[in-house]
Amino acid sequence: MIEIHDISKSFSGKIVINHIDGVFEKGKTNLIIGASGTGKSVLLKCIVGLVQPDTGAVFYDGRDFTEADKEIKAEIRREIGMLFQGGALFDSKNVEANVMFPLDVLTKMHPVEKLDRVNFCLKRVGLENVNKKMPSEISGGMKKRVGIARAIVNNPNYLFCDEPNSGLDPQTSILIDELIQEITLEFDITTVVVTHDMNSVMGIGEKIMFLYKGSKLWEGGKNDITNSGVKEFDDFVFANKVMGALRGK
Amino acid sequence: MREFGRYVMFIGSLFVRRESFRTYYKLVLEECIQIGIKSILLIVLVSTFMGAVTTVQTAFNLVSPLVPRFIISQVVREMTILELAPTIMAIIYAGKVGSSMAGGLGTMRITEQIDALEVMGINSASYLVLPKIVASLLMYPLLVIIAGFCGLLGGYLVGSLGGLITPYDYVYGIRSSFNEFTVTFALIKSFVFAFMISSISSFKGYYTEGGALEVGISSTAAVTSSVIAILIGDYFLAELLLK
Repeated sequence: MIEIHDISKSFSGKIVINHIDGVFEKGKTNLIIGASGTGKSVLLKCIVGLVQPDTGAVFYDGRDFTEADKEIKAEIRREIGMLFQGGALFDSKNVEANVMFPLDVLTKMHPVEKLDRVNFCLKRVGLENVNKKMPSEISGGMKKRVGIARAIVNNPNYLFCDEPNSGLDPQTSILIDELIQEITLEFDITTVVVTHDMNSVMGIGEKIMFLYKGSKLWEGGKNDITNSGVKEFDDFVFANKVMGALRGK
Repeated sequence: MREFGRYVMFIGSLFVRRESFRTYYKLVLEECIQIGIKSILLIVLVSTFMGAVTTVQTAFNLVSPLVPRFIISQVVREMTILELAPTIMAIIYAGKVGSSMAGGLGTMRITEQIDALEVMGINSASYLVLPKIVASLLMYPLLVIIAGFCGLLGGYLVGSLGGLITPYDYVYGIRSSFNEFTVTFALIKSFVFAFMISSISSFKGYYTEGGALEVGISSTAAVTSSVIAILIGDYFLAELLLK
């Protein structure tokens, strides 16, 4: 479980995140949603420590991450897997080396064990016989899958996904969403997904946090969406539905 | 001054939360091939031609019958060892290797590869930059030695084949009044320049913000800053060690 208390962040005097509290539960797919520019990715970066918040604290199963020294932070980070928006695969390494990378650097596993684990993870995300391909030789959807395989290869307790569906076609988006949810249940991990895609919200949104102009305006499950009582959230849902209908989703 | 402060802090950050020796060993070897071995051809070409041109131009200027011909190779030797091999090659090295380092790190920054390392609990600066600096410190002095040898060889070939100086006079000039400290001085310069180029270029690349355009800007800034640092460093080293 991850708890965030009173997280705020501003850049050059402009408030991007405004005193946000929340709890991301274990074994559930927790979603942070909102329109572009509402601070979703900044909040995610504050949670994983890529951005230092101005105020507030983040607790990973009760361990204070924000105030922890570098050693403790590094220890907690080794329990984190993250899927980045563009995959963030290392260009100079092939698929196998990319997925194996966390094991190479963070563990002392035997090479055969490592390869077995890599093959298991690649199979789990539906990729086989691509081990020797370079990131430039695979599609966007495959990159995301490799990114997920790399994120789960070291048995993380926490999985973060930043816009996992960006740049993907609707069918591949659904596959990636389903994969994230299956992995969350299978490994019983705390998953936090940042998205603005209502299809994802309706598909995997067990616990949803809606951000608007840096503030948390609504929180609930996908079944509560129709009676949120928050105008900004209703507008966001409506706009997504209209755009989805226009795009034939 | 703020930029210099950031640079000092960046260098300091390379030495905290380091990875295992084995990890660095592999990375340093990869970098040695990338920045050292793959630069040999360019260094050989440039230094050979510079040695040849220096010989021709020195011969062109020394027309007095009172000046012995072996002075030509003495001048070529001093210029090559003191300046052409360590300093001019450093500028070429900054253009080739420095821009590549900045471009590579800048691309890793904008495509979130550096963030991916940080999220894994790895000190990205130390993991990515320290091997580049160590490899540079190992390889650049070797490149300077190769450049010095090729420069003198280029002068020998052009001088003797072009009839500017006899092979005997050329070798005699190279050996006469030789001060061994010039070689030590050139090697000291090569270590200093290697550190400057690799650390400044990495610094510029590591802190790239934005997109592809900014990666290009970082590469250019890396070369510009490295060249300025080389020229200033060259002057201070000469003041410090040759007086």
